[in-house]
Amino acid sequence: MNVWQFMLQNHGEVVELTLEHVWLVGVSILLAVVVGIPLGILISRWPALNKPVLGSANIIQTIPSLALFGFLLPAPWIGARADRLAILALTLYALLPLIRNTYVGIRGVDPAVVEAGRGMGLTDRQLLLQVELPLAMGVIVAGIRVATVISVGLATIAAAIGAGGLGEYIFRGLAMVNNAVILAGAIPAAAMALLADFSLGWLERKLSPH
Amino acid sequence: MNPVSDDRPAIELGNVSYRLNSGNDILVDLSLKIGRGETLVLLGRSGSGKTTTLKLINRLLKPTGGEIRVDGRSISEWDVIRLRRSIGYVIQEVGLFPHFTIERNIGLVPKIENWPASRIKERVQELLRLVGLDPQIASRYPRELSGGQRQRVGVARALAADPPILLMDEPFGAIDPLTRTELQREFLELQKRLGKTVVFVTHDLREALLLGTRIALMEAGRLITIQTRAGFLAASEPLVVAYRNAFGSQFEERGHS
Repeated sequence: MNVWQFMLQNHGEVVELTLEHVWLVGVSILLAVVVGIPLGILISRWPALNKPVLGSANIIQTIPSLALFGFLLPAPWIGARADRLAILALTLYALLPLIRNTYVGIRGVDPAVVEAGRGMGLTDRQLLLQVELPLAMGVIVAGIRVATVISVGLATIAAAIGAGGLGEYIFRGLAMVNNAVILAGAIPAAAMALLADFSLGWLERKLSPH
Repeated sequence: MNPVSDDRPAIELGNVSYRLNSGNDILVDLSLKIGRGETLVLLGRSGSGKTTTLKLINRLLKPTGGEIRVDGRSISEWDVIRLRRSIGYVIQEVGLFPHFTIERNIGLVPKIENWPASRIKERVQELLRLVGLDPQIASRYPRELSGGQRQRVGVARALAADPPILLMDEPFGAIDPLTRTELQREFLELQKRLGKTVVFVTHDLREALLLGTRIALMEAGRLITIQTRAGFLAASEPLVVAYRNAFGSQFEERGHS
């Protein structure tokens, strides 16, 4: 049985696992955006926080994903359900590109534009919301894009702790030594990553100031 | 404002110093009075402290010594946002907001001051005409304009909320000579009509003599001399003489009408 026959026969399960996968990635990217962008803004305002914040996010990034799941297991409430655990881990991984790109995006705004804005009497808030964030948006979306593509891949490993998603097929196929089953997980995951890359790339170009 | 009934200077710097954290002195003990409706030109080479002086007036920088008064009141007592909105600021790089149309660029301060939309629209049209631009360009973006047009928009933006004071930091420095001459002439016309208090930074003696009612020559963070045009042409300070010589023989020991 080849992979297409397998997917056709199990289309209900394929859809279900795909939706689980989207859920894991979607929620964790959303959380990472909610936490990462404000952190990026914060370190652009207080450069002293730059090293500790980016350093911590960097260290998280170096922890192997399976080990990170293990570290988080004893956490109360989080450790009680595999999907919560997976979402937290994926969120932590997604933080670095978001914090860094928000910071780089804001710092990359033409200093003359910022000086003119300040000089004409914009408050810090007005400067941030009307000038700096809109001009940094292309770079920030690029961060979201990188984080999403990484997350789609990483989320397959979440199946190892029973969080579901397309990784189920990959691990099952590995156990059964059945390439068709592995591919039934890998192909939709790859398609999802490409779709995210393409659509967020389009958004990034739309939002980049020329 | 009426210069006759009120002869307080518009801007007054008293023994102002600015020193970097590293200990470098950028400005040393600078005292200046700028009268209402006057165009004072700060002339000097790069690093002489001209730009720093401007940034101290609108408090983009805080002096490390001395006091600055605007409209008779120490600027440390002003709300800094109010202070900046009553001072127009034009810089060489212009710094237009690239993601805003020309209309939004010019109308930004009126908008955050809650002017009604119709009045902002009118004001933008009026200002575009005032600086010699076709009001049609209101819907364009800064990238679609030439350098000279952008700088005109920069001036219009600084004038938007009708501030009594204008700070101009080498506004025509990056513009081709022909357009620069045009802009200088227009500036004189504009100044005749509006009577703003202007502090104008340049390193170009010709520009200083053309635009300034008085010229303050700065060097290494110190004020060397402050003179009228005629006084500047006649002054015998070595640095003034060096400037005149650097800009050619027509400025040597001759009066200026």
